[in-house]
Amino acid sequence: MSGLDFGLAPGSFHFVTGPSGAGKSTLLKLVYLAATPTRGQVRLFGHDTARVTAQTRPRLRRRIGVVFQDLLLLEHLSTFDNAAVPLRIGGHRPTEYRADVAELLSWVGLGERMDAMPATLAGGEKQRLAIARAVVNRPELLLADEPTGNVDHDMALRIFRLFVELNRLGTTVLIATHDQDLVARSGKPILHLEGGRLEHRAPHRPVAS
Amino acid sequence: MSDHFDVTRWRPAPFLPERESRDGALIFVVAVLCFLACLTAMGVIAANRAAAGWTGQLTGEATVIVRPRGGETPDAAAARAAEALAGVAGVSEARALEPEKAYDLIRPWLGDVSDLADLPVPRLVAVTLDPKHPANAKALSLALKTQDIDATVDDHSIWIKDIRRAGDVVRWLGAGVFALIAGAAGAVIAFATRAGLAARRDVVEVLHLAGAEDGYIARLFQVRFARLAGLAGLIGAAGSGVVGAILRLMGGGEGLTPALPLAWTDLIAVVPCPLLAAIVAAIAAQVTAIRLIRDMR
Repeated sequence: MSGLDFGLAPGSFHFVTGPSGAGKSTLLKLVYLAATPTRGQVRLFGHDTARVTAQTRPRLRRRIGVVFQDLLLLEHLSTFDNAAVPLRIGGHRPTEYRADVAELLSWVGLGERMDAMPATLAGGEKQRLAIARAVVNRPELLLADEPTGNVDHDMALRIFRLFVELNRLGTTVLIATHDQDLVARSGKPILHLEGGRLEHRAPHRPVAS
Repeated sequence: MSDHFDVTRWRPAPFLPERESRDGALIFVVAVLCFLACLTAMGVIAANRAAAGWTGQLTGEATVIVRPRGGETPDAAAARAAEALAGVAGVSEARALEPEKAYDLIRPWLGDVSDLADLPVPRLVAVTLDPKHPANAKALSLALKTQDIDATVDDHSIWIKDIRRAGDVVRWLGAGVFALIAGAAGAVIAFATRAGLAARRDVVEVLHLAGAEDGYIARLFQVRFARLAGLAGLIGAAGSGVVGAILRLMGGGEGLTPALPLAWTDLIAVVPCPLLAAIVAAIAAQVTAIRLIRDMR
């Protein structure tokens, strides 16, 4: 990728689209500090990501929620424990958050699977769990890499509405997706990656669902 | 909501699995090391006691060999020497030994001579020294010379030096073996930490990306391996305690042998083992984990 120049205003909502291999995942990695640019600069919450110290890096990451394409669920932890990971790392006491985690899991349709181990979850359930974990601590920035890849249309819309709700509450949202239908329905602006170049595309006219 | 899941009773599960397939082997190896370390500690303590006992006996006594002069009989010379030595400051008692004692000492060289009494065998005077302010060989020799007695004073200083040197060697050897075992335990734990981190790369990655600090992740491994080593230390200490108790019982009132007098109190030496093992493991795991986690960042 080269010549990328864009900013995400606080509280904005963008989709990243493009064919496979265009660099959508890499773009997200650059934002959540899993990769550093070979040239140029990525600024995150006012910090140059290539220059953040070891002390600052975790603090910045705690302000971001990420839905990874490969989900990265911890197989030896239950659904509930997986969802609670960011809150535990944030130093919260279980009594402060367990009701919220339960409510969120119910909302994403995992209310009956809270004590299930990830290996026993279906693909869509795993994806919903990864989403729940990403949003559980109400991050300032939410990055999602193909968050609706393994869920049915209804669940995809449900997840999208969750993202919209979080966005309404102030979370900046950036979603990389192949789901053209979802993008078309959303009415949100698009960052289209193709041939290593970035193109700003105007939002589609939202489709009533 | 799940029928079996009660949110109000939920407690966070450990980020690292409580049991891994490698744990058994790791506990066994560290337990064996702890067992050997405890036996070493008990051995060093017993050897120290033996050395202290021998030194105490030798420093509290001196032997004087008296040779009769002119027409004086050996018994008379010995009696005169004992009298002279008894008056020296730092001497508790001086006693001329029976001639048979001297005969017993020279019999191995002369064989079974029928009438040893006819030979000019020197007499021995056993001197018991004041344990607080013992007289030295020079003072004893001077007292004998003053009385014109031909005698040689043996204050056992050569033996005492040797015993002290042997005691020091045992102590240093024990410390060396201890350091070696601690180093081996540390290396085993470091190796296990490395393997554990490789096997749980997913945990490290997820925690990192969720904003956990390096120290937080390293502490997970540190606590885990400290616990395992503490358990191994407990097993090793218990095993060596049992062996120590058996040796003590086998040896009766004097311990295994008079040369290695193991006391019941020596078994206390195994008590700190679990804690020490946990500390060594915690340090090794922390150092290894921090270094590897930084590389994985």
